[in-house]
Amino acid sequence: MALRDRWRKFLSQLIVVLCGGAVLLALLPLALILFYVVTQGFSSLNTAFFTRMPVPIGETGGGMLNSIVGSLIVIGIGALLAIPVGVISGIYASEYRGTRLAAAVRFAADTLNGVPSIVIGVFAYGVAVLPFQHFSAAAGGFALGVMMLPLVMRTTEELLLLVPQTLREGALALGATRARAVFTVVVPAALPGILTGILLAVARVAGETAPLLFTSLNNAFFTTDPRQPISTLTVQVYTYAISPYPDWHRQAWAGALVLVGMVLSCSLLARLATARMERMQRGG
Amino acid sequence: MKTRSDEILFRAGTGAFAVVIIAIVAAIGWVLYTDSADSIWKFGWQFWQTEIWDPVSGEFGARPFIWGTLYSSLLALLIAAPVALGIAIYVSELSPGWAQRPLVFVTELLAAIPSIVYGLWGIFVLVPFVRRLETGTPEWLKAVPLFSGPPLGLGMLSAALLLAIMVVPFSSSIAREVLRAVPQSQREGAYALGATRWEAIRMALFYARTGIVGAIMLGFGRALGETMAVTMVIGNTPRVSVSLFAPQYTMAAVIANEFAEAADQLHVHALVEIGLVLFVITLVVNGLSRAFIWSLGRQRAPRAAAPQPAAEAA
Repeated sequence: MALRDRWRKFLSQLIVVLCGGAVLLALLPLALILFYVVTQGFSSLNTAFFTRMPVPIGETGGGMLNSIVGSLIVIGIGALLAIPVGVISGIYASEYRGTRLAAAVRFAADTLNGVPSIVIGVFAYGVAVLPFQHFSAAAGGFALGVMMLPLVMRTTEELLLLVPQTLREGALALGATRARAVFTVVVPAALPGILTGILLAVARVAGETAPLLFTSLNNAFFTTDPRQPISTLTVQVYTYAISPYPDWHRQAWAGALVLVGMVLSCSLLARLATARMERMQRGG
Repeated sequence: MKTRSDEILFRAGTGAFAVVIIAIVAAIGWVLYTDSADSIWKFGWQFWQTEIWDPVSGEFGARPFIWGTLYSSLLALLIAAPVALGIAIYVSELSPGWAQRPLVFVTELLAAIPSIVYGLWGIFVLVPFVRRLETGTPEWLKAVPLFSGPPLGLGMLSAALLLAIMVVPFSSSIAREVLRAVPQSQREGAYALGATRWEAIRMALFYARTGIVGAIMLGFGRALGETMAVTMVIGNTPRVSVSLFAPQYTMAAVIANEFAEAADQLHVHALVEIGLVLFVITLVVNGLSRAFIWSLGRQRAPRAAAPQPAAEAA
């Protein structure tokens, strides 16, 4: 009996140690990745990276100005497409929560969220490249927009549900129509949260490469024309990473550092905003 | 009267945007199907049974790709599942209160790093490390098919390891949520009966078993569709092999590599067909895992609603 109890205690402690070990095991690659990205990235990062165009193979120096601007344009097009559809359908799903359409949208958004980004890319190719016989920044933006859509919709819905019911009822009691109550009372109350959701969606697609490979393609020159193929930071990092030139590898690490910085600062900002919202919710 | 028509207008207006999302999901299926029709009609099931992929002579057999996708994701799952579960248990059951938030934050950080950055790190850090590992493999072990082949570094082992690293934060954060949904009374009951810490945790795990399976399957779905990181380290060689050292190929990787350069229509349609099947597989895997996670939420409902004999009497 005593032996059995000792075994049970030992087993319990063993599991605690194993679980702690699992945490350390997961932290190891994170630490390694951040270490390499920061050390390799910083040694290659300079002002030229942000202000200069790429130089031909063999010459050292140059930067990724066109890719940075291209990324901003493609992400901007995506956000422009996804935000209205995502926010308004989120409003529908929260206002008419019990309806069959709301359940269907929720299901569709969750499904869309699980579709691999490369498949979204093939879809965007079929819809936005093939009919025009032309790769374009707009097609890349369309692909990213489709990816952002479910995230924007679901966060909008969830945050609108957090707005106290009394606020909505107060507006209705004063004689406001439903539309008026939603747009002047409920949405403004949830606005910081909705912006956070948009920020998270941007953070998620900012690092996407696969859906851009055959929609916005790449471009060696500077362009801001949405009808033309455009260079993006992620695709450029990929091109440089699989090239055989050490100088391009350095550029790739610098690009990776900028990407990680962009994505992490977006998520960090979103996190701070949600923490503040939670505090407000508890305090109020 | 004005309010009534306003109400209808508002509902229809916002509802129309909601329909757009549903339409997009349907359109993905439709576009993938119509753009792969040539390949589907020409090759039929044979497409998935043959192994020769030669765009120049117009021969397309996709078996190596589906094999590579399933094999790499399964291996990643084997590595990632215990680790993810360990993290979830540690964070939700064992860690001191002050450590929880930072731990959650760190796992979220891992999930936020772009796939291309994992790939870059994979090429320059992980692959050389795996190559050293493979070079150091003793000869007698190399006789086993699992470890046969030249030590290239690029190959199945690197891909599986990288995928596992990427999937862990994803699975662990959902498993953590699932464990948090287990009522505290389950654990307290176990403690009251004299259970050790592990025995109480086991009770919670048993209670949440469907949700845990769902969390791990959701990670599997993620691994199936992962593109850039895998493309950069798997070696991109279409062949079916059980060897961990062999360079192989995945469905997502072949689309990423060949789509932009596919010249003739049959090649494009063959690639889209691979995309269509990848779409269907992830749809099924994600649907199943979400059903598992939901069933856990529903399982609690009847228990809460149980003491209602009065309603029946009335």
